[in-house]
Amino acid sequence: MRIALGVGLLFIVSLVIFGATELLPGDLANELLGQSATPETLAALREQLGLNDPAPVRYWNWLTGALTGDFGVSLANGRPISELIGARLGNTVFLALYAAALSVPISLILGILAALWRNSIFDRMANAGALTAISFPEFFVAYILVLWLAQTGLFPSMVRINPTTTFGDRVYMTFLPALTLMLVVTAHMMRMTRAAIINLMASPYIEMARLKGMSPLRIVLRHALPNALAPIINVIALNLAYLITGVVVVEVVFVYPGLGQLMVDAVSNRDIAVVQAVALIFAAAYVALNLLADVLSTITNPRLMHRR
Amino acid sequence: MGFAASVILGLAALFAIAWALRAAARATFSGQTRSLAHDIPLTASFGLLVIAIYTFVAIAAPALAPFPEREIVGGQFQAWSAEHWLGTDRIGRDMLSRLIYGARNTVGIAFATTALAFVVGAILGLWAALVGGWLDQALSRFVDALMAIPALIFSLLLLTIFGTSVLTLILVIAAVDATRVFRLARAVAQGIVVMDYIEAAKLRGEGSWFLIRREILPNAMAPLVAEFGLRFCFVFLAISSLSFLGLGIQPPTADWGSMVKDNATLITFGDVTPLLPAGCIALLTVAVNFVVDWQLHRASGLKEQ
Repeated sequence: MRIALGVGLLFIVSLVIFGATELLPGDLANELLGQSATPETLAALREQLGLNDPAPVRYWNWLTGALTGDFGVSLANGRPISELIGARLGNTVFLALYAAALSVPISLILGILAALWRNSIFDRMANAGALTAISFPEFFVAYILVLWLAQTGLFPSMVRINPTTTFGDRVYMTFLPALTLMLVVTAHMMRMTRAAIINLMASPYIEMARLKGMSPLRIVLRHALPNALAPIINVIALNLAYLITGVVVVEVVFVYPGLGQLMVDAVSNRDIAVVQAVALIFAAAYVALNLLADVLSTITNPRLMHRR
Repeated sequence: MGFAASVILGLAALFAIAWALRAAARATFSGQTRSLAHDIPLTASFGLLVIAIYTFVAIAAPALAPFPEREIVGGQFQAWSAEHWLGTDRIGRDMLSRLIYGARNTVGIAFATTALAFVVGAILGLWAALVGGWLDQALSRFVDALMAIPALIFSLLLLTIFGTSVLTLILVIAAVDATRVFRLARAVAQGIVVMDYIEAAKLRGEGSWFLIRREILPNAMAPLVAEFGLRFCFVFLAISSLSFLGLGIQPPTADWGSMVKDNATLITFGDVTPLLPAGCIALLTVAVNFVVDWQLHRASGLKEQ
């Protein structure tokens, strides 16, 4: 049921992404050729791009192509888009997963500790730090890290990945981009974890556990955390979805060969075919993560499973 | 690390001034202004002070800047000196002057965008909640579909289609953010439109516009004002990010995001100058967040009494 809803949403999203190009003033062929357009070249390019078909037909061709991994050719250099995307998609997914692997445990631990020592110095420091981190632009965080860590020669400030790079090297080279993303998303996750747990600490069964003489850490881990899982999973998924967009800026800072960099280049060349394809991939990942959050939080809460 | 120390000292000085101003306001004013000055936390007065300084710099930019915004006045990448306090940039323009003009351009454009997003989003949201029925459904589902695409990705897509200029930048970001404002305005207004006084005003025969303006808006103001502050932060960060990517405000206009990008090579040599514009962005966002926090706290505190 939920999955059908997600697929439907994805369909609408693809419609929006495709429909946006229809808003283009004039037409694509005209735009591409610019000043050098002659009636003959215009007609030829229209034929080549399939612009003579009505919009629904072109939409159908584009969508079925995209589903089978064929996104057409780049308007800037004529290479197939699937070839451009191929390796970069892997790189971006690697970076996002790396950042997630760093940030999820850290934010959970910090959130639990902040909830445990509520209103202590640690809690205040963590909160102030989180608020500040949320307000910083990503590239600011990234460059501060470059200034501190790359200056001393500990980590490289640029990422060069080629097919021969080993996994260990890769982890080492992508450390700074991943750390930047981690700092940006940890703040939000930590705050939500803390809020979810503090919310639960007022419930009667926590009071009971405390009266039994349990240690505070045990109460939080055994009694509060399982019940706080649903909101926490939701926030984690939302932040992973946020990672997808955060990746764009960070990839540009560190010259990381990923999808974000590709998209930015395509936007400055006004290469609409590539932008459409990358936007569709990002949007699909975003919708999928939100869906996953929905399903997972239902699974962790038996009451939601047996509704109605 | 002499630089880090001076940044900390500067921030401490700002806090001290904010504290002194708050004390002065408590002593001089009476009545409502005084109680306001009494309640305000130090962080919020710091935020207000920073916002005031930025506004002043933005308005008085031509008088404050030692050099013109777009003119080449020295060599490339000159170091800090008595003549060029913060050195010069990639093609020899004065960094300090561009930083000062940047307050006008970046903050001004972000403010205009937020205001536009707010007018469009809030009016549509309140209207949808008031009218209800198929109009509400159509607008809400449309907004849902747009919100399913990540904001940055969607604005990149729109910028490709309409090209990169300041006007399209404002319109695109405003359109993307108006969807978020619409959501909030509609949610807030839905609690209000079922009130008896709205019913009474409808029976009096008032039109939709009057209802929105005189009956709903005043009661939805508190959450909307707080949202305006938060939205400003998001818009400001979004515009800076796009400018940083080279897709937002275009040169030769001085802008903090693109200034970071242009001079980024200096960072790898351990020079902090390119970080200053980014720091300006961060400081203003933190300041606005402090003030919003205080406003939200006040709004919720009043309800408890």
